[in-house]
Amino acid sequence: MKCDFARQTAALLLASLCICLHALAADPARPVPAKNGSEFESADVRALQSDDFANPMALWVERGKAFWSRTFDGRSCAGCHGDAARSMKGVAARYPRYDASAGEVIDLSRRIDGCVVGGLGAQKLDAESDDLLGLEAYIALQSRGMPMNVSVDGPAHATWEKGRGLYFTRVGQLNLACTNCHDASWGKRLLAETISQGQPTGWPAYRLEWQRPGSLQRRLRACFNGVRAAMPPYGSPDLVALELYLAWRAQGLPMEAPGVRR
Amino acid sequence: MLLGRIQVPPSVQRGEVFEVRVIVQHPMETGFRRDYDGKLIPLHIVDRLACRYGAREVFRVELGSGIAANPYFVFPVVATDSGEMVVEWSDDRGEKGRVSAMVNVA
Repeated sequence: MKCDFARQTAALLLASLCICLHALAADPARPVPAKNGSEFESADVRALQSDDFANPMALWVERGKAFWSRTFDGRSCAGCHGDAARSMKGVAARYPRYDASAGEVIDLSRRIDGCVVGGLGAQKLDAESDDLLGLEAYIALQSRGMPMNVSVDGPAHATWEKGRGLYFTRVGQLNLACTNCHDASWGKRLLAETISQGQPTGWPAYRLEWQRPGSLQRRLRACFNGVRAAMPPYGSPDLVALELYLAWRAQGLPMEAPGVRR
Repeated sequence: MLLGRIQVPPSVQRGEVFEVRVIVQHPMETGFRRDYDGKLIPLHIVDRLACRYGAREVFRVELGSGIAANPYFVFPVVATDSGEMVVEWSDDRGEKGRVSAMVNVA
């Protein structure tokens, strides 16, 4: 009797596991198995990323950390948010997200900028500036190892739909959509490069080609440039929608920001 | 003040050879690149970096335009006495940087 029950339970577990696996395999929107960007890099680049001292992003993390406690008219990031290691844990994994005061989906850099301008009363931080990338890297670091966890329900859904639309739309003179490389051909070679799955979990990252850190938006713009399409401007709704779609696509994948990429 | 980082082991034995790691934030513009308008981006590099261990200079390097951005140095040093490891550098525009770490010799 007891043995029967155990067998039944085991069968049930196996069946549900099969259903789960089937559901995963049947979801064409997500590559299986999901792999972080670093897994497509060479061993030396991976080593650079995992070494907290040699990883050049550590310099920008340091910069972000300094900004965190810098005071502007007596106000500072730390003044409201306290210790970033506690208050910012998991935050980067939830962005982009719908922001009620903005009335739309915003990414982490815009959220930071909103705080810097509105909360601190400081000058707006330029896209790709050292301070903005530093803050973003410092905040993203607090979520390292945590699974991506964005919400695409409710008010964010329309943006997600838009991002998905863009992801599957062929653009540029080469007439390629994101999916043509990052779903259909990941793991294959493109000249000296291994095509990644296009997972956003390591950004902002230090890109050796740029010799400096860059945001996910800069990386996306580089992809647009690569297929010879017009690059959407920084902060454009298209880029934010794509960021949201990619974050959803990476749901559950551990964050590895700040990363190092070739 | 230029930004950099230094790392030494938390403690070392007398006579032990230990690693000093230094990374410096700098664009290291070669002077050969052009911007999107075709204008030459002027040379901008860290041109000297030196490390003192106590009173003694243990490492010195003169950098050229062939060094990548955010240069990273690792060099071995023999532990003699407890003292400060000081790294100072400057770029071709006269900007300076300095980082230091305590070496504790057991």
